[in-house]
Amino acid sequence: MTAVEEVPLSAAGNPIGFGSMRRVEDARFVRGQGNYVDDVNLPGMLHSAILRSPHAHARIVSIDASAAEALPGVVAVITGKILEGIPRPSLLGDNFAWMPTLSYDTQAVLATDKVRFQGQEVAYVIAESRYIAKDALELIDVEYEILEPVMDAKRALDAGAPIIRDDKGQTDNSITDVHGNKTWESGNAESTAAAIAAAKADPNCVVVTQEIMYPRVHPAPMETCGSVSYLDKVTGQLTMYTTTQAPHAHRTVYAMVAGLPEQKIRIISPDIGGGFGNKVPVYPGYVLSVIGTIVTGKPVKWMEDRNENLVSTGFARDYHMTASIAATKEGKILAVDVDVLADHGAFNGVAQPTNYPAGFFNIFSGSYDYPDAHCKVTPVYTNKAPGGVAYACSFRITEAAYVIERVVDCLAQELQMDPADLRLKNLLRPEQFPYMSPTGWEYDSGEYEKTMRVAMDIAGYDELRREQAEKRAKGEYMGIGISFFTEGVGAGPRRDMDILGLGMADGIELRVHPTGKAQLRLSVQSQGQGHETTFAQIVAHELGIPPEDIEVLHGDTDNTPFGLGTYGSRSTPVSGAAASVVARKVRDRARIVAAAALECAPDDLDWELGRWYVKGDRERGKTIAEIALLSHSSLELPEGVEGHLDATAVYNPPNLTYPYGCYICVVDVDPGTGQVKIRRFIAVDDCGTRINPMIVEGQVHGGLADGVGMALMELIAFDTDGNNLGGSFMDYLLPTAVECPDWELGETVTPSPHHPIGAKGVGESATVGSPAAVVNAVIDALSPFGVRHADMPLTPANVWRAIQGNAIRVDMAVE
Amino acid sequence: MQTPAPVDYARATSVADAIALLEKHGEEARLLAGGHSLLPMMKLRLARPEILIDLNDLDELRGIRIEGDEIVVGAMVTHAEILDSPVLAEHYAIFREAEKVIADPIVRNKGTIGGSMCQADPSEDLSAVGSALKGSVVIQGSGGKRTLALREFHEGPYETKVGDAEILTEVRFPIRPGAGSAYEKVERRVGDWPVASVGVFVVVAGGVVTDCGIGLTAVGAEHFCAPDAEAYLIGKAPTEENLAAAAQLAADACTPYADQRGPVDYKLHLACELTLRALRKAAASSQGA
Repeated sequence: MTAVEEVPLSAAGNPIGFGSMRRVEDARFVRGQGNYVDDVNLPGMLHSAILRSPHAHARIVSIDASAAEALPGVVAVITGKILEGIPRPSLLGDNFAWMPTLSYDTQAVLATDKVRFQGQEVAYVIAESRYIAKDALELIDVEYEILEPVMDAKRALDAGAPIIRDDKGQTDNSITDVHGNKTWESGNAESTAAAIAAAKADPNCVVVTQEIMYPRVHPAPMETCGSVSYLDKVTGQLTMYTTTQAPHAHRTVYAMVAGLPEQKIRIISPDIGGGFGNKVPVYPGYVLSVIGTIVTGKPVKWMEDRNENLVSTGFARDYHMTASIAATKEGKILAVDVDVLADHGAFNGVAQPTNYPAGFFNIFSGSYDYPDAHCKVTPVYTNKAPGGVAYACSFRITEAAYVIERVVDCLAQELQMDPADLRLKNLLRPEQFPYMSPTGWEYDSGEYEKTMRVAMDIAGYDELRREQAEKRAKGEYMGIGISFFTEGVGAGPRRDMDILGLGMADGIELRVHPTGKAQLRLSVQSQGQGHETTFAQIVAHELGIPPEDIEVLHGDTDNTPFGLGTYGSRSTPVSGAAASVVARKVRDRARIVAAAALECAPDDLDWELGRWYVKGDRERGKTIAEIALLSHSSLELPEGVEGHLDATAVYNPPNLTYPYGCYICVVDVDPGTGQVKIRRFIAVDDCGTRINPMIVEGQVHGGLADGVGMALMELIAFDTDGNNLGGSFMDYLLPTAVECPDWELGETVTPSPHHPIGAKGVGESATVGSPAAVVNAVIDALSPFGVRHADMPLTPANVWRAIQGNAIRVDMAVE
Repeated sequence: MQTPAPVDYARATSVADAIALLEKHGEEARLLAGGHSLLPMMKLRLARPEILIDLNDLDELRGIRIEGDEIVVGAMVTHAEILDSPVLAEHYAIFREAEKVIADPIVRNKGTIGGSMCQADPSEDLSAVGSALKGSVVIQGSGGKRTLALREFHEGPYETKVGDAEILTEVRFPIRPGAGSAYEKVERRVGDWPVASVGVFVVVAGGVVTDCGIGLTAVGAEHFCAPDAEAYLIGKAPTEENLAAAAQLAADACTPYADQRGPVDYKLHLACELTLRALRKAAASSQGA
């Protein structure tokens, strides 16, 4: 791309602005010198472990911890009963046994009355070593009275179903949100129902209805969750090293939960080994480590093992969807209606903006031009782990993109129309932007058909279809799947979007030191996204300071301004914009300083990258480095102009950004065994301006692997007794390089009109867009067998069963 | 980090020393070979031996060699060594085909044939290979050595005829000139345990099958084999029809249970399908294809 080539290079060979450069983070990571929470070891630190429930639903009759307490090396054993006795000086529950969730529900820190999912926290041991703590867990004697669990979400609301949340006086397993709603609707119910009814009655139209499940999966970051907490009794300062994607928001939550003064809380989120939404919620383990340091006066480390991470921390998805799509027989889409049963587990701990209890699922109308859309989401409690986090899904847009892209393919099959043709016939046109969707989203920019044509060209789409026809004639089953997705990422604006009342806007601070080197202090925090590189490039682009001269600081609440954190692809849309804005503030200040030094008016100066110069006299000017020194010098500045070159900003986005893309997957299916081989995968993303194309491609690669995993193997299912069947990496399968083809990437660039540098978030695009492409390809391969749908994951067994006309119900144990 | 329960550790200096240590510590002692089943089970506290007796210094348990008309594989030979062995590859393609799909390179570098056999996982791939080839094992105790056919080795899932104070020292496979062999596995993901696997050897002479072995794993075949299917093929031409009939008999020998890898009907189908595919390949190979 010529725009990238024009960017000048620094002495270190890095682009002074946008362009591919190696991540500055990589030097420490590839040498094994990252500093993760489990690497933090403080003097006198104690270790801890959590006793977890083996049962999905049981009453706690008694807990005898005396043998554990007697084990040499054990410092303390804490149970729910002990926490119940500690009054909370704050809101949301009157004692420490319970804590608020991010969805205004309550969640047990340690179970008092009942356990409500397998893996729930029951007791907490603090000991001199991790080994002793784990040994002590086995000495705690808990007597349970086993209750019937609710494992099938479809039966959670049945009359006579066991009541899970009797602690709240519930008489059924419905969930009521903070606004008092038991269902979450969006779009126009009446016009959509009318359009579908009219289509059913019209011989020139069709209506296709399909049950589509997006099963429960887990973010499964390489680093599990954990924390090291230390309350210094002399200063009253609580320092917490913790695996969080949102250090500032967590600080506020701990202030509320623990009743500690917020100015005395410092959250440090050091290197984080992957988040994917898993590290957005506040977990009981974090709170227990705080309680542990309060009780013992010493630093306390808590670190999950793999099984604990998989069975107890935030899951994702678990949406049972029924979609109806109405269209003319020529393939013009008229309306889509989606009914969802949402399995939220035992506590409603979903992480999403308050006004969006189903996340951004209602963007499901997708990338197509039709007037009527409606969805209704009914959430229920089940005896499963709580969560429902944004697992690389930009707040449930993964479910939304999946359901629309799957049902559009069902429609294509019904109409016997090529799914590419059907999409091209319905894609939004460039002149429709900004486009108001039928469920109320204002898409900012897009040239959808152009992007789709690029993908089809890379794929050689027509040739693939010819090859498929030839193969079918020989009894070979090849499939081609398309997914065209639109996301809305970068929450806020703050007037619409908050989490626990905290508006989703981001602060930022830029300090330019006298030598012209800079520090950028971010509120957002990296879990592998490359913030330390990308954000330096944004400042370099605005100020001409080489990226290697800009230190990006993040993840420490004492050293960075407040902001809502990194998830939902929001770092670039929100904090990336903040970086641009704060750098422009510095540039404006620099102009005044330069004018004073050059003895002219600021308006007499023009900007070129890294330098203000006098209009018409290019030789007379000052570089940013010179201006930085001048701004700290004895130079007389105009009245009212402060010295130094530092600035702060808070960026409140006017709208979400709407990245989109077209993905094409080619698979070969062995009908004798049900095995799926992904032969090719083409991904064309439009995320607006690309700050560092290499990092964008890396993010896309990771997300595509994620999508392949969910489409083919990842799953948390439960048996009827409530056992979690995905509690280890032997059972919860993640894809490897072997399952991933060589990704074929392409791009189009349609800048966001409202973002200072035109960038859109891209961190989750591939995870959002890819599952439907894989599933559509597999179903396309199987269509000669009359298969129209099968739920993910498309394991060999599930594919073979689909061919037999008897697809597996994926959310329960295979029978 | 997952943490095992307290455990003692001893490093054996010889097979005799290992046997003596077993006799001294009784049934709560466990031999440590590659450790890639035992150590994860200990970390999950599903296994909690009181002492580990480490066999990794015992060179006498290593090496692959020919003795008469048998290939002898030492108990401490790793999966990676089996995969790379020219001796095994020369006589049986099944070893490479099976080892390529067992776990991953890290596990294959540590895991051993003796450990795999003694772990006796009902989904163990090498158990199907050993049963297909009608191999035998040598088991040593303080009273001496005994040889046992692999098809008599297993008592059930995770149970073998190796006594508390005995060590499996070698696995032996008969050499069969002209044999073709093959291994077919379906897994949900590379490195996973099989949904079903089938290994076979076939000797075709004079247009008919004169010898064959069929081993199946993960599908509940007793002793990992299908003797009726083998008997059916002897003396018959390796036609598609005959191979398919034998494959069905092999599936009839299976009693799989449903789990997250698949339902019973699918596993039975795979037992048949994979047997047929392996037989085709092995018969073609025996006939010089």
